[in-house]
Parts: sequence; structure tokens; C-alpha cells
Amino acid sequence: MELIEIRNVMTSFDGVSVLRGVNLTVEKGMTAAILGTSGAGKSVLLKSIIGLLTPDSGSIRIDGKEIVGMKSKDLYAVRRRMGYLFQGAALYDSMSVRGNLEFALRRRETLDEDEMERRVEEQLRLVGLADAIDRMPAQLSGGMRKRIGLARALITRPEVMLYDEPTTGLDPVTGREISELIQNLQRQHAMTSIAVTHDIACARIIADRVAVLNKGVICFEGTLDATEHADDTFVKQFFALG
Amino acid sequence: MSVFRGNAKEKLMARDINPGPTTSCMRFVAQVGRGASFARDCFLGMFRPPYDTAELLTQMDELGAKSLPVVGATGLVTGLILAIQSRPVLARFGAESYVPAMVSISVVRELGPILTALMVAGRVGSGMSAELGSMRVTEQIDAIEVAGIDSFRFLVVTRVIACTLLLPLLTAIVNILAILGAYLPAVTEMHMSWKLYFHRAVYSLWLRDVIPAILKTGVFGFIIGVIGSHQGYTATGGTAGVGRASTSAVVIASLLLLFTDMVLAKLIVLLWN
Repeated sequence: MELIEIRNVMTSFDGVSVLRGVNLTVEKGMTAAILGTSGAGKSVLLKSIIGLLTPDSGSIRIDGKEIVGMKSKDLYAVRRRMGYLFQGAALYDSMSVRGNLEFALRRRETLDEDEMERRVEEQLRLVGLADAIDRMPAQLSGGMRKRIGLARALITRPEVMLYDEPTTGLDPVTGREISELIQNLQRQHAMTSIAVTHDIACARIIADRVAVLNKGVICFEGTLDATEHADDTFVKQFFALG
Repeated sequence: MSVFRGNAKEKLMARDINPGPTTSCMRFVAQVGRGASFARDCFLGMFRPPYDTAELLTQMDELGAKSLPVVGATGLVTGLILAIQSRPVLARFGAESYVPAMVSISVVRELGPILTALMVAGRVGSGMSAELGSMRVTEQIDAIEVAGIDSFRFLVVTRVIACTLLLPLLTAIVNILAILGAYLPAVTEMHMSWKLYFHRAVYSLWLRDVIPAILKTGVFGFIIGVIGSHQGYTATGGTAGVGRASTSAVVIASLLLLFTDMVLAKLIVLLWN
């Protein structure tokens, strides 16, 4: 069953086309990685899926509900079923790690303080940072920030998870750790996910299927193994260099 | 006729660097339109519960309690200077005894409200704009949105409510401190007793001096909240953009406060006096 359906999405900024008719479907429980070079429009596509950007035309459906042109009240309801890991983690820098994790819970759910504390501690244990609970974001390294960003996104138990460049800016060892953490959490939570990345190693660990975005269109869709037999010149070059 | 050679993106960039008068004018009109729409959403949002009480109290503390030393000092010094300057002038007309009344009426009707508003616009408007601008460029506002929480209500409406509610309170404190500040020259140079000073300062005030002036500070608070929030919430262009937003928040808010004060002053005189 298809949980995310993207049909002929076109987006431009100041007359410059970024997405020129993107088509993609992701089945329930699957993880898709969208690969492409920097500036290919991967993040634009991901932000369009969660409604932060509105495409010029096309259709984006989450569990059958059309996101494009949706009223903001309904869009918030759809977003509450989703989680998003930002490229720079986007932690609320005026709040501690605890404040970051509690932020959505306090405003969306009616939990008592003990249950809230239990959920926060559980999530921090899952990402291996239980002792960072009272630290401020400025006191965390890049890898730690990604982990906390991940914990913050997952604490509301989303059905759909979107990852924007989860390993960018990290050293290879930390990047691999984050990729493996995502893979473990995917298995535990059985979520439907899309990750945009240019890191083939990350895609190899976390993704069931990959799609390659080039010049605003998906030029390849399939398994990573199938990329070896792809006809598209860009796909061949991308994986040969990666 | 100049012929531009280059692709569409370069053409757009060139247009950004050297906009013609028509383009600049259209941009200005568009910006004013977006600002007005933002202000309307803020105004309507103020009357639509639920409110994020915790955030509202945080903002009230930030905007109100922490502004108190700055605006308090302004009030005290203004009253003192006003009394020092006005005494010799009034003495020329044999009206030295009117110093307390002149200070209290001018402070309550005009100087208290506008000076408080300008001080708060400088301290709070720029801070608010810088904070929201930083949150915008580091995707923290997007992070609130993707959590399914209305960032406009959470960040903007709470700040506008806090400013609108607290400015009248801060103004009242400034007025009291200014009248107290003027007492010092009155007692040292005019040898006026506290009882006489207080009687002349307070009993010369009418309700029509006090009520419209306090009410207009609510409008000033709304303006400071809207301009500060708007500049930050819509900031673009990284850290340089945040700096620009912060500066323009103070400049726009100050000019708009003075212009609004001029309009309200005329309106108050027409309706109340």
C-alpha cells in the first residue's frame, strides 16, 4: 500500500525551475533514499512533502490526503503523524535537551510529568545520550545534535519520518553511527521513511529503495543493486564516483 | 537601450542589484501589503484562544520586567530635566508654581507614552527581531511547524499580546517616576514641600489627560510587537539578514510610533478635549 505519493511536482524560485515534474511513491513501512548532487532540489522536495514549501503544481498525497493546497489546520494534523530530521538538527537553542524533547509533547499530548520524564529518558537512551538531558544545544557536538534531533523527531512516535541529509557535516565514523542508528530505529518503530542524501554509504545502510534526482526529475528508481545496471549516464557517474 | 546577456538567473540577480524606480516602488507597496496582512493576522490572533500561557508569561517577563530598569531610569531623568528646564522659563511669566502641573500634564499626556514606547522599541523590538530572525535562518521556526504546532501563534501572537498588555503598565510606572524625578528640583530650587508638590502635580491631572494617553500606549505596544516580530519572523539572508531585520525593526517601529502618536494626539484632542 502506497503511503506517500508524489505526482508531477514542479517548483521554481524567482523563475528558476528546481523541480520539473517529480514522480515518486513510497510504500508503507519502506525507506526510500533520494540521492542527488548538492543543489539538485532534494531538500526542496522533502520540505514540499511536509508542507513547508508549496509546489507550483502537482500532487503530494500522504495516506491518501492531498497536501498541496490543504488548509493549515488540516496540514498541522497531517504533520503530527510525521517526524523530520533537519540537516543542521534545528534544535531550539534557548532550551535544554530536555526542553527540546518535551516541546511537542507538552503542546500536543496530555501526559503527566512522570510519563513525560519517562518518554524523554527512553528516547535519549535509544539515541545513546541519556546523560545529555540537561545540556544546552551549544554544548553538543555535530553528531550529538543529530542524535538529539532524531530523538526529538521520534518522541511523538511518527508514522512517517523524513530525514534531510542525516550524515552531512559528520566525519565518516560518526556518519556511519548515525546511519546505523536510523536503521535500528526504523526497525523498532516500523515507520515509512524518506531520506535525502548524497551519501551513498548512508543510503546503503538505511534504504530499501533509492531514487536519483537530477535536473529536477527522478532519473532512476529501484534498489541500490539495480543502479549497477542503470542506463542513465548521470546515475552511472554518480555511483562510480560515490 | 541596454541588452542583458546571460541566463535567467543572472538576469534576476542583476535586477536585484540595480532595481529601477518602478520595481523599487512595487516592492515597497508589496512589503507594506505583507506587513498589513501580518498585522491583521496578529490582531485577530490576539482574540482567538487557546494561548500558550507558559510562553506568554516568559515573554511578559522578558518584555516587561526586564525593560523596567531602562524605562524607569528614562522616566526619572526626564521628569528631573523637565523641571530643571521649565522652572526658569515659567519664572519669566511669574508662573514658577506651575512647574509640578506642567511636568505631570506633559509627562502623562505625551512624554511618558512616547518615550516609553521608543525605549521599548529600541530594547525589545530589536531583541525580538534578532531572536526570531535567528530562529528563522537556523530552521528552528520550521522545526516548530513540522512538529504540528502553529509557529505564528506560539512565537508572534504571544509576543504581540505581551507588548500590548505591558506597555500601558510600563508607561504608568514611567509617569510616576517622572513626577517623582521632578520633585528633586522642586524641593531644592523652589523650596516646595512634598505635600504642596504632590497636590499641584496630581490634582492638576484630569481623567481625560490620563485615560486616552494610557489607552494609546496599548496601540504603541501592538506596533512594537508587530514590527519586531514581522522583521524577525520573515528574515532571510543568513546572519546578515538577521542584522538587517534587527536594525529595520527599530527604525520602522520608531517612525511608525511617532507618526501614530501624531495621528492619535489629534484624534484625542478632537474627541476628548
